[in-house]
Amino acid sequence: MSWKMWSLKKSIWVFHVNTGACNNCDIEIVNCLTPKYDIERFGIKLVGSPRHADALLVTGVVTLQALPRLLEVYRQTAKPCVVFPIGACACDTGIFYNGYHVAGPVDKIIREEDPNAIIAYVPGCPPKPEAMISGVMKALSAI
Amino acid sequence: MNKAMNKPVLAVGPFHPLQEEMEYFQLTVDGEIVTDIDVRISYNHRGIEKISETLQFDQVPYLVSRVCGICSASHPLAYINAVEEIAGVTAPERAQYIRVIINELERIHSHLLWVGLGGHFIGYDTVFMWAWKYREPVLDLLEAITGNRNNYGNVCVGGCREDIPDEMIPKILKELDTIEKKTEMLTKAVLDDPVLHARLKGVGILTKEAAVKYAVTGPTARGSGIAIDVRHDDPYAAYGDLDWKVISQPEGDVFAKAVVRLLEIFESIKMIREALKKLPKGPIAVEVKQIPPGEGCGHAEAPRGETFHYVRSDGGNRPIRHKIRAPSYVNVPSFKASCIGQNISDVTLTLASVDPCYSCTERVAVVDSHHNIINDYEALLQMSRDKTARLKKEIGAPELKMEES
Repeated sequence: MSWKMWSLKKSIWVFHVNTGACNNCDIEIVNCLTPKYDIERFGIKLVGSPRHADALLVTGVVTLQALPRLLEVYRQTAKPCVVFPIGACACDTGIFYNGYHVAGPVDKIIREEDPNAIIAYVPGCPPKPEAMISGVMKALSAI
Repeated sequence: MNKAMNKPVLAVGPFHPLQEEMEYFQLTVDGEIVTDIDVRISYNHRGIEKISETLQFDQVPYLVSRVCGICSASHPLAYINAVEEIAGVTAPERAQYIRVIINELERIHSHLLWVGLGGHFIGYDTVFMWAWKYREPVLDLLEAITGNRNNYGNVCVGGCREDIPDEMIPKILKELDTIEKKTEMLTKAVLDDPVLHARLKGVGILTKEAAVKYAVTGPTARGSGIAIDVRHDDPYAAYGDLDWKVISQPEGDVFAKAVVRLLEIFESIKMIREALKKLPKGPIAVEVKQIPPGEGCGHAEAPRGETFHYVRSDGGNRPIRHKIRAPSYVNVPSFKASCIGQNISDVTLTLASVDPCYSCTERVAVVDSHHNIINDYEALLQMSRDKTARLKKEIGAPELKMEES
């Protein structure tokens, strides 16, 4: 394991990208910060810039208008980074699979940009905060 | 080159997930004063109305509950009202009461969410943490009743999907007592705080005339002295049987909107208590075999205002036209009246005060073209917090250590 991968696993900082979500996943992500779940005890922190982030939390189906912006954010993120599609829409477009303004699931779009991207899925509509914490923890112990 | 290009422009967005749209605000500023505002939408456009035409009538509620995650009880209810109008069916009384209970629980959690975020924007993270902590029991109640913390999917054409078992009622009442006590404490703490008075009063004023002109709905209108509420003006579900009052405040500033939302929480608690007491016995759904050709309108009072659904049927099993108008769609243009002439440090709060969504301020960049200074959201938040600190000093409030952002 390279030192970069080793250091990625410590105190992961996440950046939240909404690419067309209904707010539920976003609210649940913010919920993780509040006293009941308090993810900062695991060293996970929401940051305001992708350049500071180790992981991207992508919520929502990727709309055509959000597509170039998602790719821009991914390019700005320091590598190696983990991409977490959060929720059914981000994982496989969910109920919006036949929408005319939908570019596709997050993993397909990120893989076209970077075939070696590390992607870890957190399914659910919306996933509970416990599921998000567990998903992040499992992904970190797997890499 | 037009003149506006030479002026400093403050870009808010584009990642701003509202009901159906992500938004991008372009504020033209003169020094620290906002002189113009421009809104661009459709970043979050998922084509829900078109997808709805490919789904069957009883599948659409699951789709429209995903229009907005926070209004995920009001949107399906408005749609169901429209479809039931076409079909000419009335849901059983028990279902009507259950719909009220779910909708009011949703309103409580949404308003607490807003209060928390409002606190966060002005640097009162304690309010944020408190409000979101007291919101958790509401989500637990909703999970116990419907099986999910959000996206309840509890309504279907002709009634409700999940019943409230009788043995759960005492538990709900007990939880409501706790929520009421905590909210009362929070309300007193927020409304009696001199710093919050200084920070929120007179900020982002939307006058009654402007509110009428922009046709705003919900707490935004009620904060400007217009006492409109679909639950009161055109009662649906069981709202007509319940005893409650419409809260409104005449001032039109951010403080008035906060007061309206906080006091509405108590009205909602009162309504749920009464609905649980009156909860009639009987079935929770009637079978609807066919939707005849025709058209129907349904509306419901979402936490942010009136949500309106129009459905047309040709007698088949799918709607052939489904039109949705979400409340923020009419509330957002009112920024033109409330933001112009404001200080930049007040804009985050004014934009947040109609509760479009917290994420609007997630990505803010101030581009000062004269000096080529680029400030980001953090800097803007810091400006807002500095103003609070300055006001505190003027009032002589005890120095509180603010969290480093």
